Amino acid sequence: MAQQPTTTILRSPLGRVRGLGSARGGTHHWFMQRVTAMALLPLTIWFAISAVTVLAHASYEQAALWVGLPWNAVLLLALIFATFHHTAAGLQVVIEDYAKSETSKLVGILLVKAICWLVGLLATLCVLGLAID
Amino acid sequence: MSSMQDSREAAMIGRRTDGTTVRRPLSPHLQVYDMLQMSSFSSILNRITGVVWSFGILLVVYWLLALALGPETYATARAAFAHPIGQLVLVGMTVAAWYHTLAGLRHINWDIGRGFSIPAMYRSGWAVFIGTAVLSIITWLPAIPGAVEFITAQINANL
Repeated sequence: MAQQPTTTILRSPLGRVRGLGSARGGTHHWFMQRVTAMALLPLTIWFAISAVTVLAHASYEQAALWVGLPWNAVLLLALIFATFHHTAAGLQVVIEDYAKSETSKLVGILLVKAICWLVGLLATLCVLGLAID
Repeated sequence: MSSMQDSREAAMIGRRTDGTTVRRPLSPHLQVYDMLQMSSFSSILNRITGVVWSFGILLVVYWLLALALGPETYATARAAFAHPIGQLVLVGMTVAAWYHTLAGLRHINWDIGRGFSIPAMYRSGWAVFIGTAVLSIITWLPAIPGAVEFITAQINANL
């Protein structure tokens, strides 16, 4: 038989219930994962079709011109933002599920967010550079 | 009671209606499941392909960076992607992308409250597997020399 766990409570019943209940932010992460997924559906299909039909056999000049076209640049920026938002949200859930300690969980999530921000900004800079000059 | 080392310990302690604490029973772990059954296999594959694409997106950013840096770096990137290993990685990424996309559609269908029955779960699961194979082949068809010409010739001959 497992040992019966015990807790000693010195707080009043009112003190114990205060601050519990909905944090009013619990579904935001989950919801945004679905929103970015739906945004990524047309964006990824557009990029896949472009990659196969245009970019696969484009010269440097043609590829640079393609990325710099206003519509393509805007869609690429949207693709980058939605992808890194979705990636960070997804990896966060994976870390939360498997991380053994609070420390590794916190460090892991912060590291994923930092990398997603930095690489996402780098990709944004690349697109803007090609679109503006 | 000693202090908790792991936050998951909190979920292990429940309360009876009379207020006394009780250690909750553990559910069976992974060994009791057939890991190749549709439900768990399609689920874990969705997570794996999602993690795979965390690295796939780095390849897209590498391509963008090479393009932004100029013709020399772009030529290097193109050579890397054209290398047999590069092509193999891209094929793998294509399969992972289509799987994660179709499995994501399956999840959105669940999120709006549809397709929860066991037969529907099997149907959508097979649709995702077959769809992944078909779309991956279609994506890489233009890369096979003469494949597109052959198919259009076949279509024209049969019209």
